[in-house]
This record gives sequence, C-alpha cells and structure tokens, in this order.
Amino acid sequence: MDPIDTESIREDFPIFRRRLAGKRVAYLDNAATSLKPKQVIAAMDEYNTEYTANVHRGVYRFSEEATEAYENARKRIGGFVAAGNGRTLIFTKNATEALNLVARSWGDQLRKGDRIVTTIMEHHSNFVTWQQLAKEKKARLDVVELGEDHELDLTQLEKKLAGAKLLSITHVSNVLGTINPIKEICSMAAEHGVVTVVDGAQSAPHMQIDLGKLGCDFFVFTGHKMLGPTGIGGLLGREELLDRMKPYQYGGDMIREVHLKDSSWNDLPYKFEAGTPNISGAIGLGAAVDYLERIGMGAVREHEKELTRYAIRRLNEVRGVEVYGPELPKRSGVIPFNLRGIHPHDVAALLDDSAISIRSGHHCAMPLHEALKLDATNRASFYIYNDREDVDRLCAALDNAKKVFRVK
Amino acid sequence: MMSDIYQEFILEVYQHPMNSGKLDKPEFHAKSHNPLCGDKIELFIKTNGGKITEIKHSGNGCAISQVSASLLTEALKGKTLEEARGMHKEDVLKLLQIDLSRNPSRMKCALLPLEVLQKALKPGKQA
Repeated sequence: MDPIDTESIREDFPIFRRRLAGKRVAYLDNAATSLKPKQVIAAMDEYNTEYTANVHRGVYRFSEEATEAYENARKRIGGFVAAGNGRTLIFTKNATEALNLVARSWGDQLRKGDRIVTTIMEHHSNFVTWQQLAKEKKARLDVVELGEDHELDLTQLEKKLAGAKLLSITHVSNVLGTINPIKEICSMAAEHGVVTVVDGAQSAPHMQIDLGKLGCDFFVFTGHKMLGPTGIGGLLGREELLDRMKPYQYGGDMIREVHLKDSSWNDLPYKFEAGTPNISGAIGLGAAVDYLERIGMGAVREHEKELTRYAIRRLNEVRGVEVYGPELPKRSGVIPFNLRGIHPHDVAALLDDSAISIRSGHHCAMPLHEALKLDATNRASFYIYNDREDVDRLCAALDNAKKVFRVK
Repeated sequence: MMSDIYQEFILEVYQHPMNSGKLDKPEFHAKSHNPLCGDKIELFIKTNGGKITEIKHSGNGCAISQVSASLLTEALKGKTLEEARGMHKEDVLKLLQIDLSRNPSRMKCALLPLEVLQKALKPGKQA
C-alpha cells in the first residue's frame, strides 16, 4: 500500500497545471532537482512582499522579522536531520559549496603525503574537490572501488582508512541509487581517527536522516533537491571541528572586529556565512522541510521503495532494457538503465515528446561510468508526486522510441 | 516534435555509418567530448598532395552526433586543408538536413564533429 496520496500531493505543485502536448509532465529527474510546492513559493513570496530586509543588521521591524524567519528556518532544517547538540548548520548555496568549504577550510591543515579517501561512485563535486586539494597539498587521494552488485567494496574501504586523514563519501549514489551503509562506515572511520564528510544531496530529500546516529563529522545537502528553491543548501558540522577551522570566505556578518592590521571572527555559524545570505532561500527551504515532515520521511521512503520495485519490474519487461544498481532495499528511487540500440541522449529526447522528463548522460559521475564501462545511461528518479502512471508512461514511451529507431 | 529529427535519412546513416574506424599514423588527429551527454568523437586524417584522402571517425554518442560525423567525414574527402578549415556550422546543418534551431542541446551534438575537426586542423597541430 502506497502511504502517500500522490494525486492530492500534485495539487500542491502548480507546475502540474502546465500541459505539454496536452499532458501533465511525468517528471522523473528528481535526482537533478525537485519541483516546488506552493507552500515553499508562498513562504518566499511572503518574505519578498511583507518583511523584506537584511538579517542580523537592522533594529527595525522588518529586519527583526527577517532575522527571526531566517534563524527559525535554520532551527527547523537542523531538526529535520536531527543535528542535535554539538552540530551547527551553516547555510551555503548548495552541497557543492559546502564540500568546497570543508575542503578549503578543514583541508588547509593537510601536509605532503597525507591521505584523503573517497569513492568511485561520487558526484564530481565530491571527487574533483578532493582531487585538486590533494594535488595542491601534495597529498594522496585514494579511491574506493565497487565490489559486487554495484555496492562499495567495504573491505577495501577499511584498508584504505588506516592512516588516512579524511573520508568523503556519498550517502546515496546519484547514478546507481546505491545506499551506502554510512553508519557502519563512519564508525569504521572513527576507529581509525579519520574525519568523515557525508554527501547527503541524494539522501536528505528521500529518507529520515539522524546525524546523531549516522555519526559523521560533516554532512552536506542541497535544498533544491528537497522541494526547496535553488541557491540554498548547507553544511552540518561538529562545532569542535568548525571552531578550529579558518573562515572560507571573508566579508560582512562573519566579522567580530576589524582593525588595520588584523581581524577576528564571529561565532558559529556566522564565521562561515560571509555576506548577505540567501534569506528567501533559507525561508523557502524551511517551508520545504515543514512540508516533508508533514508527510513524514518514513512515508516518503516507503512510497519510493514501492514505486522503485514496480518500476524495476516494469522496465525489465521492456525488451532491450538493462537496469543497473543494487537490489532493494539497498537502493533509493534512482534507476539507471540503458535501452539496447538507442543512445541515452536519443532516448531522453524522444521521451520528451510524451512529456516525460528523464536524465541522460554520465550524471556528473564520469569515473563511475568509466568503472562500469558505460558511456552514458538513462536515469529515472522518483519523488513524492510520482506514481505508477508515470512509470507506465515511461515504459510505453520506451516502446515507442524503439519503433522510431526500428529496434526490436 | 523531437521525433521529427529522427528522419529516415538520419536513421539510415546512424545504422550504417560511413568512415567509422581509426587510422594508423594519422597526419591530423583530435578528440573531444560533450560533457552533457557523454558523446565522444575522435577524428583521424591523412592527406596527399594537400588534399584529404583518408578520414575516419571513432567514438560513440547519440544519433545526431554520430550521423554528423559520418556526413562530415564523407563531405571532407578530396577537400584541401584550407577548404576543410573553412567548414562552418551552416555547412554541417545543411548536410544533416534537420532543423535544430529549437534544440540548442542537440545542436551541440550536431556540431561536436566539426569542433573536433577544427581542433585537429589547428595550425601547428599536425601529428
């Protein structure tokens, strides 16, 4: 039984009123970005029309209201991932910026010969960031490979952790949908005294996150994949680590005192939030987590599991389709596949004729595609407004693409 | 409709590519990659008496990029290097006979082989 009433959810998303070729869009590119409910749009509109002001600066009414709304959003978003005491939420523009913040600020202490560990299934943002840092610092980047069934080789991971300084790893693969056993991995890393960075861009929108239980030192996420606007995301970090780190950017609001020769820094999290932040974005993301919490992240996950199970079964019935990724429940609602005889880019283009949006290409994960010996893949990825009808439409459109290409 | 671009002619060339493969010791060679969709094209060129006598393309990608590579290489045979360097976007689109003006992302696929050609024939680039 699907715990989510997708039809009534869709009523909250104004974009579904739009018709493409007479149809509502079957939006299946949620791993890239999610659609936005009217509650998020309204919260941002309210800031822009009722109490527009900068935060942490003015003593007048609007500024007080804006500061309260911004800080209140911070509390709710931190609560959404059960940040608990001892962790601070720093707003960034997205997960990429949060990863760069850690690499540039925490990474400043790295010395020649130090080792950073990451994995072959990372998004470029969690790969190139460390690759380039390692190059600059003459440090080494160790890459954990895949084991069986499109999961990480955990034995290899543990070996590589010995003597390493930092592990940066994705919670959920944006290509394969693999859910990594982050809790076990973080406790392994802790035993070796390795600092952990978890990329939650693909997990925070789709499952209950409890940072206290996961046990990572840093966790990054982005708002636009979880019903929020673009341009807002965050880094949740242990305060004991953040306190010792130097600022990532300099500017207004991150300052305690400025003198001609030197300056000192504001407290956490402001030390890492230089300049006017994305105020409406944070408020919008606050409304997004409220929306997700009303549905319940357990229900979100159950819904996506059900739909993924159905989709894999239906896709496997389409002749010529090959689906990649691990078995349920070790995978999220991300389904990569290929259709024999038709390049993914052509598949995605033809699906657009039927108002179906999927992604094609290497999904910002070239090292993973090379390891899998795949040039490109199609990717369908689900969220709360998708249902079996979307999957049925996808499969019918794949059959149609085969007709166009005269593939049997 | 997107399916309009997959005309009989395009599918025919896609399924029966021309000049695909590699050349040993090419005089001119380059490769490029479209990061959006993962299309990869590599070109190999040999000349005789200042004219292109042998030309091959390898790699893989969507139908549009592959067909463009077939048609462009076919059109380049017998051309002087100067003529080849003078090939423009419009020349490629004329070869393809499809309207991509409303599909900027597919336009990139169509023009990838031309980009590789220009890279290969850059003065001083001779292998």
